[in-house]
Amino acid sequence: MSELTLMLIRFAYLAILWIFVLSAISVVRSDMFGARVESTPRADRRAEKQARKQAAKAKPSRRPRGAPTHVAITEGANAGENISLDLAPLLIGRGSDAAIRLDDDYVSTRHARIASSGDQWFVEDLGSTNGTYIGSTRLTQPTTLQLGTQVRIGKTTLELRK
Amino acid sequence: MSSLNPLNALPQGFTHRRRRGAELFLLLLSLVVGVGGYAAVGLGVEGEIPVNIIGYGVWLTALCLVSHVAVRYLAPYADPVLLPIVAALNGLGLAIIYRIDLANLAADDDANTFSSDQLIWMTLGVALFIGVLLVVRDHRRLQAFTYTSGFAAIVLLIMPLLPVIGVTRNGARIWINLLGFSFQPGEVAKVMLVIFFAGYLVLHRDALALAGRRVVGIDLPRGRDLGPILVMWLISLGVLVFQRDLGSSLLFFGLFLVMLYVATERPGWLVVGTTLFAGGAYAGFLLFSHVQARVDAWLNPFDPDVNSYQIVQGMYGMAWGGLIGRGLGQGDPTLIPFSYSDFIVASIGEELGLTGVMAVIVLYGLIVERALRTALVARDAFGKLIATGLGVVFALQVFVVIGGVTKLIPLTGLTTPFLSYGGSSLVANWFIVGLLLRISDQARRPLPDLAGDGDGADDGMDDSTQVVKL
Repeated sequence: MSELTLMLIRFAYLAILWIFVLSAISVVRSDMFGARVESTPRADRRAEKQARKQAAKAKPSRRPRGAPTHVAITEGANAGENISLDLAPLLIGRGSDAAIRLDDDYVSTRHARIASSGDQWFVEDLGSTNGTYIGSTRLTQPTTLQLGTQVRIGKTTLELRK
Repeated sequence: MSSLNPLNALPQGFTHRRRRGAELFLLLLSLVVGVGGYAAVGLGVEGEIPVNIIGYGVWLTALCLVSHVAVRYLAPYADPVLLPIVAALNGLGLAIIYRIDLANLAADDDANTFSSDQLIWMTLGVALFIGVLLVVRDHRRLQAFTYTSGFAAIVLLIMPLLPVIGVTRNGARIWINLLGFSFQPGEVAKVMLVIFFAGYLVLHRDALALAGRRVVGIDLPRGRDLGPILVMWLISLGVLVFQRDLGSSLLFFGLFLVMLYVATERPGWLVVGTTLFAGGAYAGFLLFSHVQARVDAWLNPFDPDVNSYQIVQGMYGMAWGGLIGRGLGQGDPTLIPFSYSDFIVASIGEELGLTGVMAVIVLYGLIVERALRTALVARDAFGKLIATGLGVVFALQVFVVIGGVTKLIPLTGLTTPFLSYGGSSLVANWFIVGLLLRISDQARRPLPDLAGDGDGADDGMDDSTQVVKL
């Protein structure tokens, strides 16, 4: 094996190593701009499907029977109020921009949010001071709400009703 | 705590691409690194391509392809860069270990060889990697095992100290011998500790973050919240005292400190932790001769009275390698003790030069970057903390071992992830990569109303509990 060949192998191997490193970096780089997925045919088909699905959903009777229609406040200063779910997602809090505005000192300005995905309803804590509870468990992530599930926020309790 | 709020993770309308094709391309390149390295070693040492290159190449290719197909089916949105980087580092490590085997065999026909063992361990590692992706379909389930894994970690750490199964090797009591196999339980313990810390901190970060008083612009935690950090400090010191394992001790404490800081966003913990670390390190230096020996070898390696043969040999090796190295097979890495495990970076420095070592370090940097990126996009606090912890494990381990070999900090025994010879370490690190890919798959998967149209790849139940459509 001549010196020259060995020299060439040495450089070739270092080149391979760095080609690998640089290609990995270029994949990382392009990964930051992930939104390009919108332009692929697959995504187009998906978006179309999505649009059709939503169009179907938007028909008049878009909520199935038995689905919740409003939030009822059962305990606390605002007890007795009903808020329609049509404008979901609903922000719950003490602030003036909250859809469900509670006069309760233990409630944060932007406390929690009620939102839907498909025909499921969720409540999510927005980093409130005193937390959002279902039963005795404090929520750490968006949690499904059934009809009648008691959600406790400060001194207020609310639930989904038909 | 806004950074841990699940819905702030991504701007609206941003969708991660799957990039499985890019992953396959990078995997093929990583095979060129691994198999090419093997061939270059044969050419450099014996002047011909090794006879078993076809079997070796086919085996390595099969491992890469099987893991790629597994990712395609089990974690289709997972990070595309992690797996190829790991495969490349593992392949490079195999080539270097094979090169040292050849040198050992040339000197002595009955010498121990390591490369075939390492390939078997890599196979086991890949199997475990696929197993993790198969079994752990949702990393949040792991939160139920918080205390179980904490307990398991402590048991694993104590195992080497037990009389029958524990073995002392090279001055450190970190091995166990079971049924003829020897294993380093500490390598598995670090994964268990990450899961435990993440589960614990998710529950308790509020108390740790909010209570306390402010001193000179830094929020110091309350006295009674110091409990866990003190316990962790004591465990690390215990590892240092009873197992004489400086590296793991540093790794565990550093890991806990970083995770505590990330979970609470309070620099006060870093101040407390660094003070504790400095105190513990100084006390260890005063009390234990093995710590003093390491510091001595670091400060005065060329003093003839100091036992620093390994460091000095490693440094001469790297100096001889220079900028571009001697070329694979043209150096003399067997002159360095343990050049196939702890000092594999010095072997790379000798034969591939600074250029090769820098490539390796950049690859490790990319692994850490991808882990932290996964933590950033993850939607749940538990996943964020696990991903951060696993990234920090790699970062600390690489820093400690490469820093030690290059005489930046005192040398401590830790394996270089994926490169060094060592079954326990290799298998545990593949396990970590499996977990990271699982979390990144969950994190990068589009919101369920995009993915739910009959893709079949994901379990819809889990998605619907996690994401709120806005």
